[in-house]
Amino acid sequence: MARMKFLCDSDRCIECNACVTACKNEHEVPWGINRRRVVTINDGRPGERSISMACMHCTDAPCAAVCPVSCFYTTADAIVLHDKDLCIGCGYCFYACPFGAPQYPRVGNFGGRGKMDKCTYCAGGPQQDGTMVEYAQYGSNRIAEGKLPLCAEMCSTKALLAGDGEMIATIYRERVSKRGYGAGAWGWRTAYRENVGA
Amino acid sequence: MNRISRLVAAAAMAFSLATPALAQIGGPVTGTPSNPITTPGSADELELMKALNGGRIAGRVSIPDAQSASLIQPEGREWRDFHNKTLTWVGGIAVLGMLAILAIFYLSKGRIRIDAGPAGRTIKRFNGFERAAHWMTATSFVVLGLSGLNLTFGRYLLLPIIGPEAFTAVSLWGKIAHNYLAFPFTLGIVLLFLVWVKDNIPNKVDVAWFKAGGGLLGRGHNHPESGRFNGGQKMVFWITVLGGALVAASGYILIFPFAVTDIAGMQLAHIVHGVLSVLMVAAMIAHIYIGSVGMEGAFDAMGSGEVDLNWAKEHHSLWVEEEMAKARETIGGPAGAKAAGAD
Repeated sequence: MARMKFLCDSDRCIECNACVTACKNEHEVPWGINRRRVVTINDGRPGERSISMACMHCTDAPCAAVCPVSCFYTTADAIVLHDKDLCIGCGYCFYACPFGAPQYPRVGNFGGRGKMDKCTYCAGGPQQDGTMVEYAQYGSNRIAEGKLPLCAEMCSTKALLAGDGEMIATIYRERVSKRGYGAGAWGWRTAYRENVGA
Repeated sequence: MNRISRLVAAAAMAFSLATPALAQIGGPVTGTPSNPITTPGSADELELMKALNGGRIAGRVSIPDAQSASLIQPEGREWRDFHNKTLTWVGGIAVLGMLAILAIFYLSKGRIRIDAGPAGRTIKRFNGFERAAHWMTATSFVVLGLSGLNLTFGRYLLLPIIGPEAFTAVSLWGKIAHNYLAFPFTLGIVLLFLVWVKDNIPNKVDVAWFKAGGGLLGRGHNHPESGRFNGGQKMVFWITVLGGALVAASGYILIFPFAVTDIAGMQLAHIVHGVLSVLMVAAMIAHIYIGSVGMEGAFDAMGSGEVDLNWAKEHHSLWVEEEMAKARETIGGPAGAKAAGAD
């Protein structure tokens, strides 16, 4: 089985936010929730970089480690998913997540949190694959259809890569050696305890 | 003629402008591009640097949620360690340790009796308002404590027994109860502080009381003297008021996520809330023990509000004297005369 990962080439990302829009549209993500976002660091200064960030589907995921109701599980492709029927919306995963991936609809008391929502790597949830129940809770399940996450699939500059970790790391390394600059992918050290050397 | 010369001039200008551009497009690209050299380092190096400094990498986002501008926050890892290791150990040791101490104490010394036996006559210790405030705080605290402990220990203790669906139901109701009962608990803390603070200022009598080993460790029939509240009770009072205030304050930060602080503040609020809460739970287990099975006659103080006179004399001698003096003044009898029920 593959070990699915995301890789954002910050030397290619042009902050078009198409990944954000595609994600919201594909999964009918509710108002106020962004499973993916583009963060620009050093905005307007030398060394400005934009990085598209979502759940990185970490190795030894912190969200799963701190969840008081153990609602997280990891698929055979190493995609970190959660069961919304078990989630109580406590918000602990947001405190532990290095990437700010968990999102909460403001439905609870005192403007508190509803059940957590996050990037599913377009792999749906624990419900039967491709059903309406699954779609309503988690969005579409492209992985079950043999497709990769839409954000990466439609990235116009191919900055955002999704797929087997080895494969996308190889693609990235080839790029780096060809263009002669830029190394390392944002979040990889934190998420996977490894980096993509050039 | 004029028109033609103008056109020629324009064409010449256009060509002269276009020439360098053509050279650029057509020219070979050699060497490494100079522009990206300004990059302050690779993504990996930057991330490592930030992680080593314990800093958060943040930038700008175009969506209205300012929280999402944080790209990587390595502090999450420390919070995870706190939640999964530190809090579990501190909480486990505090709660189980206290239970063990109390069990050992009960098995070795048994229930503390009224030495002189019940007098059969009672004296008013707490009025209805005091008892109502106490029980409002107490009942909220028990539910808050149990639902809080469930968030830390439930997945290890309760989840394997009742299964994920039932455990989620319990935890969800626990969360709702935890949110709502925060308010009566806080009100209770304020009321208890107001009605009892004047009797809970530590003084010399308390020092003597602690030296004598208090009510639990005191030898034989030599009860150290004490006012309305003894040193131990004053400790419980200040643990409740100060601990409760801090737990409530950190709790309100958590109940309204990100209303007043950012992710680092939320993590800190949770750490303060968690540690103080488990310590308070441990302290209150001892309080509940001594107020119920641990000591004969103690529960009446918060039950009916009327305590046995002999119990009061043994545990709160100075307070009984004060009350007697007050009673004498009210009756207005001659000095030295004993009020009814004084002996």
